[in-house]
Amino acid sequence: METVVFSLLNGTIYGLLLFMLSSGLTLIFSMMGVLNFAHASFYMIGAYFAYTIGATTGFWVALFLAPILVAALGAIVERYGLRKVHTNGHVAELLFTFGLAYLIEEIVKIIWGKFAVPYRVPDALDFPLFQLYGTDYPAYRIFMLVVSVTMLAVLFVLLKKTRTGLIIQAALTHPHMVGHLGHNVPQIFMLVFGIGCGLAGLAGVIGGNYLVTEPGMAFNIGPIVFVVVVIGGMGSLMGAFIASILLGLTQTFAVAIDTTFAQIFGFIGLGPTTELGALSISAIAPMLPFILLVLILMVRPRGLLGEREF
Amino acid sequence: MKRTALLASAAVLAMTFAGTAYSETLKIAYIDPLSGSFANVGDQGLKHFVYAADLANADGGIGGMEVEIVPFDNKLNPKESLVQLQKAIDQGIRFITQGNGSSVASALIDAVEKHNRRNPDETVLFLNYAAVDPAFTNDRCSFWHFRFDADADMKMEALTDWLADQEDIKNVYILGQNYSFGKAVAAAAVRMIEEKRPDIEIVGNELHPLAQVKDFSPYVQKIMSADTDAVITGNWGPDMQLLIKAAGDAGQDIPYLTYYGGGLGAVTAMGESAVGRVKQITEFHENMDGGEAHTARMTDFEDEFGGLDYYYHRVFTLMEMLEKAVEEAGSTDPLDVANALSGMEHETVFGTVKMREDNHQLIQPMFVSTLSADVERDVEGTGFGFITDPDGRIEGEQTMTETTCSMRRPS
Repeated sequence: METVVFSLLNGTIYGLLLFMLSSGLTLIFSMMGVLNFAHASFYMIGAYFAYTIGATTGFWVALFLAPILVAALGAIVERYGLRKVHTNGHVAELLFTFGLAYLIEEIVKIIWGKFAVPYRVPDALDFPLFQLYGTDYPAYRIFMLVVSVTMLAVLFVLLKKTRTGLIIQAALTHPHMVGHLGHNVPQIFMLVFGIGCGLAGLAGVIGGNYLVTEPGMAFNIGPIVFVVVVIGGMGSLMGAFIASILLGLTQTFAVAIDTTFAQIFGFIGLGPTTELGALSISAIAPMLPFILLVLILMVRPRGLLGEREF
Repeated sequence: MKRTALLASAAVLAMTFAGTAYSETLKIAYIDPLSGSFANVGDQGLKHFVYAADLANADGGIGGMEVEIVPFDNKLNPKESLVQLQKAIDQGIRFITQGNGSSVASALIDAVEKHNRRNPDETVLFLNYAAVDPAFTNDRCSFWHFRFDADADMKMEALTDWLADQEDIKNVYILGQNYSFGKAVAAAAVRMIEEKRPDIEIVGNELHPLAQVKDFSPYVQKIMSADTDAVITGNWGPDMQLLIKAAGDAGQDIPYLTYYGGGLGAVTAMGESAVGRVKQITEFHENMDGGEAHTARMTDFEDEFGGLDYYYHRVFTLMEMLEKAVEEAGSTDPLDVANALSGMEHETVFGTVKMREDNHQLIQPMFVSTLSADVERDVEGTGFGFITDPDGRIEGEQTMTETTCSMRRPS
């Protein structure tokens, strides 16, 4: 029972962190039709910004300032980088973001060094909130939960209830029509790209001290975020949300299961001493997202809630 | 005036000619990752070698020759390492050193062995400062390979020696990375605990995928529900840091016995949650008392490299023993040097060390230490550093393991 409760909590929080990253990515994808390989790099920049800003102003200012700065940076990248490359087609854009990811990593190494930086959970949140079955539950995780849910609500209201949101939604599917109606579509693109990057930055701010802030963090989390977007369906926010929570939960639950393949498939003659039979579910937990990815692409190529295929 | 210029140019000319037949510098090729995600680790090792070479050069060099460390970037890739090895050999370098990644060391041992068999007049010597796969000094041992770090089994031997005296530890949990090294650590732990403390129950023995887990709290949760008194782990890098962080968040208050708790970046990332809980087994940490000269050297090293920690004391042992061997042999021919190194005893500030003759493994005292907030020298400017446990010194002889090595010596 305690395992179930903990796995539920941890899985949900991890899933929400994933969603914060993938929501931006999926927005950008539906807008430009291109996967932004540098997306996780903005997550990393968010963490480093928060670390640097937080050192002088404290965590709470950094929590607001860092994502805004990352969003501005994202907007600049779109305006002066991607928009120029855009005329050369999707492959050029893809390569551009690919190169950008490496560039950002190297720049981070030059500025902050090659090692992890001591970016820590603020003192005000560094205490066990409650005890569950004799285990402390850190307050910071609940704080992450609150931030993620708030962000989710704000994003929902922004997209569904405001005029800007309506225009953005329209521009995602019918950019030419929106343009003919007199809206500045490139500016909307820039806005969406900026917001997407800002969301990744926010994920970095609250994820950087929960995990480790180091130059390799972007490349560590990058693949998982792509998996989320593909499983959820390219361009679908709701799909990304479901996929994030799904992945968060499967990964945490799988770790807790010690059952081996031999125990599950013993009836078809799989012995516990064979290579496959000795594997336990917990040992393949990090592989599960990619297994899911392959399965989804085979069975339902447009993802759970996606509207178009690749 | 003209005469001196002439003389000088003649001298230069003579030296260049001499250079082709007899080099006045002793070059050591440093083959390790200097780019990519492990560049920081490779860079740290390189700086230790450069500093050790500078020390030797300030004191007349090795055998009257200037020592030069030539870096080669292998990108932590065995294939690339062989290319770099060939490059080094083509440049006339006869001594190579490497430490990161047993997969790389394995490829280098094979290549060096092959090269030396084909070119008995141009042999190469491999000085290994950190690759710890036990096989290199057992089944796969080579006359041309010398290891200056204790191998994974020896470290476990030392760790379990210490564990044998800890009466209040009744249950242990073993968690490791799912690849050859993690499996070797787990196997050694199970074997040695059964031998030295049969009453200890191993309540968990688990492997997790290498460098993939972002959140270790499910694992910590599992460890806690297994009701254990200590955790043994060979984890390094992010796997080490995230594990300790998750344990700290859950308020877990049991010792973690580690191999690499003091590795690059680990203490910075783990922070306060690790104090008093993370123990490591190493041949050296900065708060060991090595006398004034040693302390001055560490301070000077850290000043020179912008606060980089003095970590690989064994690099200095390696260079000192190499110097001694060259002087004893009276030559820089790798064969003579290897013969001199084999079986050599050497005094370090922390006791006598010995290069085993039968498998070319250095035997040195090992230390169990715990991360503490009350230290003289801290790690990476964190304010935390390691302190040797009261009964933490394990003498070299105790870490000796049986070897299956049957070495083929060149006649």
